[in-house]
Amino acid sequence: MTGSRGDSPTSAPAVRELEKITIRSDTRDVLAHAAKSARKLTDYFIVDIDAHVTETAFWSDITDRIDNDYLRQAAKSFRERGGSPPGLLNAQPGMSFQDMFGRIPHQQQQAEAVSGEGTHRQVELTRRAMDSMGIDYTVAFPTPMLLLGMHPQAEVEVALGRAFNRWLVEELLPREPRIKAMMYLPFNDPDSCVEVVEEFADEPGVIGFTVVSTRYRPVHHNSYMRLYAALQAAGKPLAFHSGFHWGDESMKQVNRFISMHAISFCYFNMIHLTNWIINGIPERFPKLKVIWVESGLAWLSFMMQRLDSEYMMRTSEAPMLRRRPSEYIQDMYFTSQPLETSNLKLAQATMEAIKADTQLLFASDWPHWDFDLPTTITNLPFLTEQAKRNILGLNAARLFGFEVPRHKLAQVPGPEPALAK
Amino acid sequence: MPEIMVGAASELADGEHRIVAVGELEVGIFRLGDRFVAYENRCPHHGGPVCQGKLFNGVEEIIMPDQTSRGLRFSKERHVVCPWHGYEFNLDTGRHPGDARVRLRPIPVRVADGGIYIETRG
Repeated sequence: MTGSRGDSPTSAPAVRELEKITIRSDTRDVLAHAAKSARKLTDYFIVDIDAHVTETAFWSDITDRIDNDYLRQAAKSFRERGGSPPGLLNAQPGMSFQDMFGRIPHQQQQAEAVSGEGTHRQVELTRRAMDSMGIDYTVAFPTPMLLLGMHPQAEVEVALGRAFNRWLVEELLPREPRIKAMMYLPFNDPDSCVEVVEEFADEPGVIGFTVVSTRYRPVHHNSYMRLYAALQAAGKPLAFHSGFHWGDESMKQVNRFISMHAISFCYFNMIHLTNWIINGIPERFPKLKVIWVESGLAWLSFMMQRLDSEYMMRTSEAPMLRRRPSEYIQDMYFTSQPLETSNLKLAQATMEAIKADTQLLFASDWPHWDFDLPTTITNLPFLTEQAKRNILGLNAARLFGFEVPRHKLAQVPGPEPALAK
Repeated sequence: MPEIMVGAASELADGEHRIVAVGELEVGIFRLGDRFVAYENRCPHHGGPVCQGKLFNGVEEIIMPDQTSRGLRFSKERHVVCPWHGYEFNLDTGRHPGDARVRLRPIPVRVADGGIYIETRG
């Protein structure tokens, strides 16, 4: 670590020099202020449902695991070229805008030194972030692969998705039991999704499966019923991890990254959640648990009221439903990041509406530019202590069956709502 | 108020900044021409190490007399950008360019006998 070193000529009190943060800064230095806050949360059980690896930093580890020899060779051929994107990916305009053109170094690149002795570089980076934030378990998602749902070649999504899954279970998960994963489902090929469930459901550290939401496939299509049945039988939750795409016809109308990012991350999950409910998927697979990832929470108050309002007038178009749409939403799980807090009354009302005390799961999204810390939850003035503990980790423990250390088990989710009234 | 000398003024060139810690207090010291300003190294957003971030000029939109836009350009304002989430602050005022109510905590700073002194309490 390089956080503080050097003394001034003044002897007492000592003056320490702090280094400017760059892409080479140690994660523990970047998050030193977070570590101070985390020291006050040592009896909290904290699960980070959404953190990211930057898979292109070790891309050949993944592409060397592609089954198909033609695609594997194609991926290798890209190594001989300069520039980006790495082979076979469909990176698109805007992906590289996330760091605000150098303003946020950890989003730009994590080029810090890692000893490399005995473990994978990504494991060490993840450990540094987890320890700085006081996190017990973290769930690792990819980054550029979040766009693979828009890849014009479904077979490439299948090949890269399976190779990434294999990298997770062969390289990442065995090295650190605190890291968990939700396997990538190549949703543009429904049959391959079922194969992924069959292949990986019982692997250690695999706690669920992921659909990257940025795509145009309707989630209620009959071709997915085998997949949902397989997931329900396996008892593993399904996560819809949202993302953005500036190439989407609607998003082409906005000219700034801020506009596209703000809308896009909600837009795709709004469509999938609407199809999921109106077509009665929760009634067809009542034991399948669904998590909506990285859309924040503000969109949900809109969805609950809008769908309820129209459903009561046009019930005939959604005959599978036995309850109002908002009641199905209350059975779903949501991750907290990026938590909108500019209007705390709205934030409180939204959390009450979605039953956050039992359904909300903390997520950091580290190392991305809009990451949240556990203090994002503990600093909310309207949550009870019990609700904070539930959201930070005890809800996840219940959902995924995580073992909670005894000293963090003093508070457990109870039957009564824990949100302040 | 207690103050401490944190270095020589001559060691900080115009437009440069450094960050020091005195006990638990972390302070960014910025040289703007002949002036020095100092702020606590704590972002009002989520507590990030704002003064350890990069300096950028602010950005403004080029609006013509007929209200058409000609895009964006840098202004003359100097900003420090929090490396955690990108919150930026005008170094002259310590205030966020999008909401002046969001501001850095200023730390009194002065130069005497060639040394930079900051107050360490408050």
